[in-house]
Amino acid sequence: MFQAWRNLYSKSDNAKAYSLLSPALFLIILVMLIPMALMLSFSSFTQVSMMEIDFTPTFQRYIDFFEKSLLVSLLIKSVKISFIVTLITLLTAYPVCYYIAFYVKKNKMLWLVLLTLPFWTSYLLRVFSWKIILGTKGVFNSTLLGAGIISEPLTFLMYSEEAVIITLTHAWAAFALLPLYVSLEKIDFSYIEAARDLGLSKFEVFWKVTFPLSLPGVIGAILIIFIPTVGDYVTPALIGGTEGRMLSNMIQAYFGKINNIPLGAASATIMLTTVILITAIVSYTTKRLTQRLS
Amino acid sequence: MNENFIQINGISKHFGNVKAVDDVSFSIKEGEFFSLLGPSGCGKTTLLRLLAGFEYPTNGNLLIDGSDITALPPDKRPTNMVFQNYAIFPHINVEQNIKFGLRKLGLTDDDIKKRVDDVLALVKLEGYEERFSGQLSGGQRQRVALARALVRQPKVLLLDEPLGALDKKLRDEMQLELRTLQKEIGITFVFVTHDQQEAISMSDRVAVMSEGKIQQLSAPNELYKNPENIFVSDFIGETNFLKASTKSKDGDQINVAIEDLGDFKVKNNLNIPENSSDVVCSVRPESMMISRDKSDWDICLEAKINQTSYLGEMTRFYVEVSGINKVITVSSQHFDNQSFDNNTCFISISLEDISLLQKK
Repeated sequence: MFQAWRNLYSKSDNAKAYSLLSPALFLIILVMLIPMALMLSFSSFTQVSMMEIDFTPTFQRYIDFFEKSLLVSLLIKSVKISFIVTLITLLTAYPVCYYIAFYVKKNKMLWLVLLTLPFWTSYLLRVFSWKIILGTKGVFNSTLLGAGIISEPLTFLMYSEEAVIITLTHAWAAFALLPLYVSLEKIDFSYIEAARDLGLSKFEVFWKVTFPLSLPGVIGAILIIFIPTVGDYVTPALIGGTEGRMLSNMIQAYFGKINNIPLGAASATIMLTTVILITAIVSYTTKRLTQRLS
Repeated sequence: MNENFIQINGISKHFGNVKAVDDVSFSIKEGEFFSLLGPSGCGKTTLLRLLAGFEYPTNGNLLIDGSDITALPPDKRPTNMVFQNYAIFPHINVEQNIKFGLRKLGLTDDDIKKRVDDVLALVKLEGYEERFSGQLSGGQRQRVALARALVRQPKVLLLDEPLGALDKKLRDEMQLELRTLQKEIGITFVFVTHDQQEAISMSDRVAVMSEGKIQQLSAPNELYKNPENIFVSDFIGETNFLKASTKSKDGDQINVAIEDLGDFKVKNNLNIPENSSDVVCSVRPESMMISRDKSDWDICLEAKINQTSYLGEMTRFYVEVSGINKVITVSSQHFDNQSFDNNTCFISISLEDISLLQKK
């Protein structure tokens, strides 16, 4: 009997693959699939009073979400902030990676390590340090005041959308550097020389050859920045104030202070769906863009 | 026919302390198949890249068809290049690759279509328009690279070891094809290779390079028959070197004492001075005869066969000549090992086949 099992096992590659994956699969089921299923089911319940929940399945919470203009506007704001953060990160990280990939001859690794140096401290500490920099009595304002450039502290720096954008951009930039650098580094320099040889100017070579060939890295960077920032909770909570509040802060409130778990679960599900949709759109349009450029 | 179609005037290219190309001057004729031949690191690729505009010379200037191109960027030069790794753009298909260089020429759509169709027929790639680089074999990629460069109708086509990545049989085929193609379209080809057989079989003229300098520039048969120095003699084909010293001149000829063999009178094409001890005699393996019995050739030496290697079209013998402690290579088409008793044989040399060369 045991021998028969062994024979079956050694013949089936699938069985081997699953047994290698089983610890990870177990973990994913435990911490991902089960909580997701719980969240989905909670979103179909109704909070009757503080302590009482009606378990009759209903779609009403999703309708509630779209009827509350605050929630919809927070969803739009979350996506907008995240979009701006992604764009700024890409625009700043791409030239840096381009420079390291094509112009740095020695010690490329050292450059990358130095660039990621700020990211060796915890995310929370980095958010707090921005609080010190941007605050009313912060580094930025006291310098400007001391230099006599302004007479009153700039208040929009703190507890605003701008503050959230600045902090998130800095907090996630390193994650954009690596996929961009890898995709640029992989480009054989002879492609660039060949394009020059075929009559294109340096500028045209970038748009016709270098950029299209680096698109996998660009998509990677977009997704790696967009997905975590759209649902970020810490930065808007610490830096954003009321102005910079995002949907995730509201979801947290539904599970806590407001105590409307079903509506919180529905909001989280809607947010998740939005992220999945945007990811799909980004992947599709960049693929189309590659074809258009060439 | 313009004798000075490409003029290379005192070109040097230094990378830090390294003189990759060291004060080189020569001209390439219009419509010529010209090869730059040499071992790796000799400066041949740098010279080609200087012509393409990927590098700029430290000194000297370059002219193509009478106009100075020294300072022009690659996109403004009348040259196109076939890269060693072909550099076929992976994100676009074969047709788009070929059209890539046409967009800046200001052609009408009809002209573009005609040029693409013509060049596809020329390199025999009709029907492959929709393929991507990853779906092509090495030989097909090479044809795409060729088509992409030729479709722009450059004055000069630069080829950087384009056959290096192909297997031997395909390489031999492509050598013939490239040669035929070049004669058909009449564009000047500058071809870089480290393979002496390739350079000799394809080119009208070959420049042999070493250490950034031109060692010899001549037609392939001249290169083989009358090498001008030890480097060329050694690099092109195989040869045996015998130590010697010169004595008195006698018209076009000169008396030499070849070590351990005695005094002989040989031709002196390179005008080597009298009483010089820094000379060698070079004898090609296939110019010698190997036989069972003594011959009446100018030099006939008794020898012992150390080793034989059968090469198919010929057999190579490594023989030790009695009296001199040196192994000589002899190639012959007509013998096999069984013909010799106790591995003893005679090797014969005609004085005409001895080239006298000066050591550096």
